[in-house]
Amino acid sequence: MSAYNYAFLDENTKKEIRRKTLKAIAIPGYQVPFGSREMPIARGWGTGGLQVTLSVIGKQDILKVIDQGNDDSVNACNLRDLISSTSEVATTTDTLEATIIQTRHRIPEEKMQAHQILVFQVPMPEVLRTVEPSEQETRRMHGERDYSRLWVQLYEDIVQHGEIRISYDYPVLVNGHYICDPSPIPRFDVPKLHQAETLFLFGAGREKRIYAIPPHTDVVPLQFEDYPFTVESYDQGCEKCGCTTSYLEESFDRVDGARHYYCSDTSFCGKKQVEQGELVQMGANWHG
Amino acid sequence: MAYVAVTGGREAIKEAEKLLKYYRCHAEGLPIEVGQIMQQMRLAVDKIMGEGSLYDPLLAALALKQAEGDAIEASFLVRAFRSTLPRTMYSLPIDTTGMEIIRRVSATFKEIPGGQYLGPTRDYTKRLLNMELLEESDEHIRDFMDTFMTECIEHSECDELQEVPSFPRVIDLLRSEGLIAGVCSVEPERHEHDEVDDITRTAMSFPASRAVRLQSMARGETGALLAFAYSSARGYGDVHPTIGELRVGDVPVMIPHPLHAGEEICIGRVRVSEAEIVVREDGGDEGRNSGTDKEPAKFGIGYGLCFGHNEDKVIGMGILDRSMKSHGAATPAEDEEFVLYHIDGIESSGFISHFKLPHYVDFQAELQRIRSIHERDREAEPKREEVKQ
Repeated sequence: MSAYNYAFLDENTKKEIRRKTLKAIAIPGYQVPFGSREMPIARGWGTGGLQVTLSVIGKQDILKVIDQGNDDSVNACNLRDLISSTSEVATTTDTLEATIIQTRHRIPEEKMQAHQILVFQVPMPEVLRTVEPSEQETRRMHGERDYSRLWVQLYEDIVQHGEIRISYDYPVLVNGHYICDPSPIPRFDVPKLHQAETLFLFGAGREKRIYAIPPHTDVVPLQFEDYPFTVESYDQGCEKCGCTTSYLEESFDRVDGARHYYCSDTSFCGKKQVEQGELVQMGANWHG
Repeated sequence: MAYVAVTGGREAIKEAEKLLKYYRCHAEGLPIEVGQIMQQMRLAVDKIMGEGSLYDPLLAALALKQAEGDAIEASFLVRAFRSTLPRTMYSLPIDTTGMEIIRRVSATFKEIPGGQYLGPTRDYTKRLLNMELLEESDEHIRDFMDTFMTECIEHSECDELQEVPSFPRVIDLLRSEGLIAGVCSVEPERHEHDEVDDITRTAMSFPASRAVRLQSMARGETGALLAFAYSSARGYGDVHPTIGELRVGDVPVMIPHPLHAGEEICIGRVRVSEAEIVVREDGGDEGRNSGTDKEPAKFGIGYGLCFGHNEDKVIGMGILDRSMKSHGAATPAEDEEFVLYHIDGIESSGFISHFKLPHYVDFQAELQRIRSIHERDREAEPKREEVKQ
């Protein structure tokens, strides 16, 4: 990797991305266009998050990469290898140890702190895309805070199906101004964004947008007074660690086909299992 | 333990890479040489350079070898490499009338100044598989080359071919007659600081400048350009194109001298394909012309240019250059956002292939919603029955 610059991208590019990131932080929820570069991983596989991570990372950082909550998922391994080899940082799977966590579609179960940054990989940054295909038009809608079509969509869901059908990519109102897409995290993770200690950065490489939710910012999922926002819930807990407050994934035994529920945050689940035998430091729950 | 599919990721990646190499190498025979690909897979190499957006035949050939011939994967490798190169300056505009032509045809006029040259084309060959190539040997190639070169030398000794003609643009014939509409097919050019827009440094915004449109199409995926242009000419659009001129040849790339103002330096030559498409416009089309009065009928020009020899691509590009509008698009090929956001092969293949990634978390969320709606429906069902009775 010595043929390449520190953290892969050239310094001018990193500077540009940092400036765009600062702008994003200054205007919570606003999508800042940037000159997204082609990365040595495919478009749509986390190139936006990757560019944000590479532009903010330094040698003293400790990196964690998760994909769907899993540190050992093949894409997470691939990204972690690329980032750690080009930017010479230590890696961890422990949420508490990491200073930068890059994630796809999950927020870790353990509450993150002020010194940490969570970088999201975003496939579709435009929350209005489902109601309006044109970028020219959606930019106008954000500019005028013309969100009526989104509200109508939610209303029609309730009329036709009795509830809002959006499962992930749940629209949130940030700092009382812009509506934004929190990336395809499940509903379960959305409340963690509200008044958090941690800086949340969102990178969409293919769509060439960066946006941010700074610490201590109001983040409210769209809802109606008589149809409040709800999150996923389970009748049972994780079959590995016994946790009843985590987000679970359903899977089927490869031999007998039986259905099982396990934590999607594998690092958290692993620590929980160890905790039952020995002393291990667990992070706090996001909601106190 | 259940569900090992996603665990052991690191080892799985390594083993997958080994398998990839195995599939590329397991057959008997000599490894294919990058030089051979560069010389004998000319059109594939050209396509990679165009879509990869980097003029380097050797690296394009290497990418093709590494990607086992997958054109999009090879362009992707080149594109990713390109990201690591600093952008130090912009070349001067290239005047393609000075092109060293290997091929030049026009579908608008039989005779054109400078003449038409069929050049290396398969257009008029019968598409029969040439079984002799199965047995092609050094000797065959040498024999052919000797005869061909002798013929060439004989031809070049004819007096009338001594001088290389110049090749003025065919559309200039129409322009001199005042039959070509202004180039204002899009919004007025926005040249802040007198610099051309650069899609590799700034995210596209709409309405797009013509520079942005042409840059996006120049590195667009050939198949995508072909499909969109075809849709417009076949039925979902109103473009009836005639090829004013199609050229393939080499042009010098000049940069301003870094020290001596006003001087230029040639930094190399690139092979390019160029198409100028003539499209009839019957005036009064408000989407194109900003004039208040109804314009007289004229011809519009669509322009296409890309690296290497790739005729389908530049013709498609020329058609789309003319068909795209910023406002009031009635068909997909007229909608500049639709076309420009979906022609990049690296972006489209990347996004489509990402669906192979695990979506366990998202799908779990989907399951919860679907089950919840189901349950609600089931609970509502008996009540409705009661109401009926």
